[in-house]
Parts: sequence; structure tokens; C-alpha cells
Amino acid sequence: MAMFLTTFPGGLHPPELKLTARQPVEACPLPDQLVVPLSQHIGAPAIACVTVGQKVGKGEVIAQAKGFVSVPVHAPTSGEVVALEPRPHPQGRFLPAVVIRPDGADTWVDSLVPADPATLSVEDMVERIRAAGVVGMGGATFPTHVKLTPPVDKPISTLLINGVECEPYLTSDHRLMLEEPARLLAGIALVRRILGADRVVIGIEANKPDAIALLTEKCAGLDIEVVPLAVKYPQGSEKQLIQALNGREVPSGGLPMDVGVVVQNVATLAAVADAVIEGKPLIERICTVTGPAVTSPKNLRIRIGTPLSHLVGICGGMRDVPGKIILGGPMMGMAQLSLEVPATKGTSGVLLLRTADVSFAPEGPCIRCARCVHGCPVRLAPTTIAACVRLERFADAEQWHAMDCIECGSCSYICPAGLPLVQAIRHAKATILARRRR
Amino acid sequence: MVTAVLSLGGIGLLSAVALGVAAKRFAVEVDPRELALLELLPGVNCGACGFAGCSGYARALVKGEVPPDLCPPGGNDVAVKLANILGVTATLSEPQVAVVFCQGDNRKTKTKFRYLGMADCVAAQRLADGPKLCPGGCLGLGSCERACPFGAIEMTADGLAVISRELCTGCRKCVAACPRQVIRMIPLSATVQVLCNSHDSGTLVRKYCSIGCIACQICVKTAPEAYRVDERLAVVISNQYDEAVPAVAKCPTHCIRDFHDGYPEGSSFSPPRPNAA
Repeated sequence: MAMFLTTFPGGLHPPELKLTARQPVEACPLPDQLVVPLSQHIGAPAIACVTVGQKVGKGEVIAQAKGFVSVPVHAPTSGEVVALEPRPHPQGRFLPAVVIRPDGADTWVDSLVPADPATLSVEDMVERIRAAGVVGMGGATFPTHVKLTPPVDKPISTLLINGVECEPYLTSDHRLMLEEPARLLAGIALVRRILGADRVVIGIEANKPDAIALLTEKCAGLDIEVVPLAVKYPQGSEKQLIQALNGREVPSGGLPMDVGVVVQNVATLAAVADAVIEGKPLIERICTVTGPAVTSPKNLRIRIGTPLSHLVGICGGMRDVPGKIILGGPMMGMAQLSLEVPATKGTSGVLLLRTADVSFAPEGPCIRCARCVHGCPVRLAPTTIAACVRLERFADAEQWHAMDCIECGSCSYICPAGLPLVQAIRHAKATILARRRR
Repeated sequence: MVTAVLSLGGIGLLSAVALGVAAKRFAVEVDPRELALLELLPGVNCGACGFAGCSGYARALVKGEVPPDLCPPGGNDVAVKLANILGVTATLSEPQVAVVFCQGDNRKTKTKFRYLGMADCVAAQRLADGPKLCPGGCLGLGSCERACPFGAIEMTADGLAVISRELCTGCRKCVAACPRQVIRMIPLSATVQVLCNSHDSGTLVRKYCSIGCIACQICVKTAPEAYRVDERLAVVISNQYDEAVPAVAKCPTHCIRDFHDGYPEGSSFSPPRPNAA
């Protein structure tokens, strides 16, 4: 059967290393301090609306959205605001954050309004999602309400649910599907109504047979298809998932809505259910703390803003000096400068590698083996684009469709010469965008 | 054989005549002054004048659209010669040179992380603002060296860009190439400079760099007329370069450089001759 699973062209199969696939999610105790960054989503950072010394309730708005492509930020627990200052951010810079000292009571703010979704209009539901600060929790952190309000000339026929989790090591979505199918299905029903989608498909990689079996059983009679997908990276990338499940390719420079599709991650849908039905903001998520340098890897239910050092402490500390700290998975995650940074809405995992697991080999010459070309899921020629970048010929890089790169890292991973191909393409994209703005 | 020679020779002759006629008939009128100007220009096509190359500048000069002093590589010499041909007067200006306002190479400055990516300063700066802890220091990946059309920039073995005051023509290509604005233009006569680009507090600078300005004010106390501290960074006041010399030896971090004493550590450029500086 495995040979005939649907998938996309290109891609590769790194070792799966899902150390925590069988570990039930544990609640992570509150840390001494929560550092909640104001910029946890793509778009304009939120604007703080609390002052130092102010007491906040769990779920209280601590920063307001700025503009349409932005979401508010909420207090992850009750406590006191002790600082409002730039703090180390996962992006590698110091960025403004609200620092909260928990009071230990963890009492919800009393302004939460549960609602019966049947009585809510589509606009009301989208507003509740926006007000709850829900963003794409697969890692991209794009504000969900924006994705749920496609322009009228782009009707959405299909809702694809992303339960692929193709990054090695990560198991947070897997555990969510196994442990909280009811929340997930409630979220699916709401988003389906918001978009008016006829077809709903859940895509899950075939290496999670337990999740496939469970959701197939739960979805019986709900007109939701559960499709096992080939175990291949980057199967969980939005455009590749659409190609695999819907057989349609998102046009160059286009968005999923151009082919009538919206893709939502399973964790996002669970957050949507909380937001619409219970009025609860996005203040916690499931996060996999894993890697060979962690003593006992775990799946944890964490509050947004928990420092990584606390998470690692809960997992028994480090068994070795970490050679690399990565937020997210090893393929697309971001390397961190220290364990001081906090987990944010997009932190699906924390990966600690030992020095021995990290390659420090200097780059060699390109031997023209074309492995990057075969591996590229977008069918680009990464080595050619990188050559254009080296010669600073950014217009040529654009002609070679550098802008269509999804930055999945397959080319850099497979390159036997260790060329920084993704970095070169990202550099090209940033330069091309900067020149367009000029 | 004779036929072959005759026919090929004939074709050649015909073509020569045709080309000769065409050259006369379709000749492009070029102002002789434009050619003379082009002859005088350095011919490196660096673009510092704002035109794509020397010929573009020569054409604009003949049309009288631009002044004759826009060619930094040519300097005042060329400006005067151009002005003579055009029959105008050139405004003479002091020659400018580019200087890297940093001496913190990889041994003197600490890094945030180990950088293994592209050898390009702009690309490195895009990764969490670059691997150096100092927010303003030279990244040392050589983007300016590659941008320089005159070979006036060298990278030391420990990763610091150094610009030769003799080879630099003032075309500003390196200024545009540097993502951290650590290269700035100064008059050639400005022989004493505080080579640091960090506005961080002294305590912070000390943590990451052994040769950065810590704004201790010792230079200001030694030579008040020659130094001031702007936003936690000492600067030499214009035209007070001789007065600035006594403070060079007093600077506790040795971040003030008198170019008469030579270039930053690790540079292979020979010290500028006194009359050149």
C-alpha cells in the first residue's frame, strides 16, 4: 500500500526520530516568569496596553492588534506585570515583551464569554478568532482570521487539515490528534462553516497509523475524509499538501485560495474551537521538547512565554552541552542564541542537539550532482539560484523563480558539498523584495 | 585556384568598399570634446559620478548638464583638465577617502554564534543581525573588498576590512556595499580618527570588544578642542587633527588611530607617507 500513497514531486526522507510519539502530553508547571513577546505573528507587532506593576488575569488582553494583519496578545496566567522591555526573541534580536510574574492562582479573567456557535454569524465567529489571538500554529504564525476571510472573488471549495507533521523529532500535532480529537473536530466544523467549504480532508503522514485510525473512526458520518500520505519531507508544507490531496498546484506567486483551498494546522483548529465556543484566547499550546541533548524528551502543554530553560528543566535538564538549540523542527526551525528565549504561539517544538550531531563542515565546491534539483519540492534549481546570488545577479535569481522557494531546506540538507543554498535563496528573496519596494 | 582567389578577393574588395561608404555615410557625429573628455577620465566605470560609466559622464559634461568635479577617482587634477576643455571653472574640493570605523577583528571582538553561511556581509547581517556581538562592527566577510574596483580594500587574516588611503579614490562603492555603515568617507587630511562604530555603553562594549570606544572621556580631557563624545562614541572634531594626536597614546582601548603610525593590526598596507596623508 505504501507505494501508492499520494504525495507531491520531489522532497526527501530524513530520519524521522520521533522520540516522543508515544509520550502523552504532560502539563508543564508555571515558570517563575513568563516573557510574552509582542511580535508572535506575521504582520505588525501588537501594542502593549498594560503598565508595569499592573495585575492581570489569565487571558486578559495585554497587547492590542495593530492593523488587520495582526492579533492581540493575552496574559498566559494571572499575575503581575513586572517589566515591559526588549527581551531576547526567537528571531535572534531583542524585541519588546511583557514580562509577567505568575501569582500562582492561575485565575481566569472574568470577561470571557462562552457562546453557542449555532447562534453566531460567520463574522462573529471570525471576530472571536481574531480577538482570541489565534495564529497558524504549525510554525508560520500567520493570523488565522486573515486566512478565514478570503476575498469574495476567491470562493473556497476545500478545507485541508494539516496533520502531517513531517519535520523530524516533532510530535505535538500527533499527540493532539490522538488525545483531543473532539476539540479538533469542533474546530473543523466551525472553520468549515466559516468558509462554506464542501470538501474537508485531513492529511496525515502514514507514519502515524494510530492517529489515522482514530480520526477515521471519529470522522465517520461527518463527511470528512482522512487521507494517509507518503512519509516524505516537506509533506506538511501548505502548497505541497494541496498538491498531494487536491491534485492542484498553487500557481507561481499565488496563494492556496487561488485554487479554492484553505489549509489549517490541527493545533490551530483546536485553538479556533476554544476561541469560538469558550471565548478562550490562545495562551497555551502543545510543544515537543526533544533531541539527543535532552535527558527525558516530553510532549508538554506549555503557556506562551515560558522560557526554554524552564521547559528543558522540566524534561530533566540537559545530558550534554547543547551544540545547537532549535525552535521548531531541525529542517525549518530557527537556531537560538540561548535558552533565555521564550516559547511563542508558533513553537511546536524545542530541539536540543549535541555538538556531535551538528555538522560544522565548511562548504565545498558544487559538484553539479543535481541532488538539490531532484529534492526541491517546488522544482527549482537551487544551485543555479545560489550561483546567481554569489554573482549578485538578483534579477537573474528572480528569473529562476527564487521567489517561489518555500525555504523548506531540502536542498541544503541533501547537498553533499554543504552549500548554504537556502540561505542564498532567502538572501535573494529579501534583496528582490527590497528592490521592489524601492 | 585562381577562380577561388579572385572570387574571394572580389568579395573582400566589394565589402571593403561598402563598409567604407557606410562608415562615411552613416557616421555618428561625436563632439570631439566628448572624446577628449573620455580620454581624460580614469576609465574604471565605477559609477561614482552617478552615470553608468565614464562615457555617460563625458556625454553629460559636453551637454553642460553636470559640473566637471563629479569624478572622485580623477580627483582635482582631472576636474581641472575637464574644466579647461569645457571652458568652465572647476570647484576644487578636498579629496575624500573611505575608512573602516572598526578595528575589532575576530580575535578582538566576541561573537553571538558560530556563522557557517555565505561569505557575504549582507546575507550574514540578515541572520539575527550578524554573528558579531557588536551591533556596529565590521563583519569581516569581504563584501566591500569585492565591491572595490581599485583593489584598495584588503581583509586581514582575522577578518577585518582595511582600506588603503593611497589606493582609495573615494568612489563610495564600499560605503554602499556595507550593511552596517561602518565605512564612512573622511577628508584625506583627517589623519586621526576614532575607529569604532558602537554606540553601546562602555560596560557593554568592554564585554564584547577589546578595542572599542568606551566613551571614557579621556581623549576629551587630554585634548578638549579636538574631541567630543556623541552618543557614547568619541569623535575627532574636523580640522583638529594635529591637536588630536596627543590623545592617541592615552586611549585605554587604543581605538584612536593616527594614520601616520600605520594601519590597523594585521594589515599589509605600508604606512602612508606623511605627504600622502
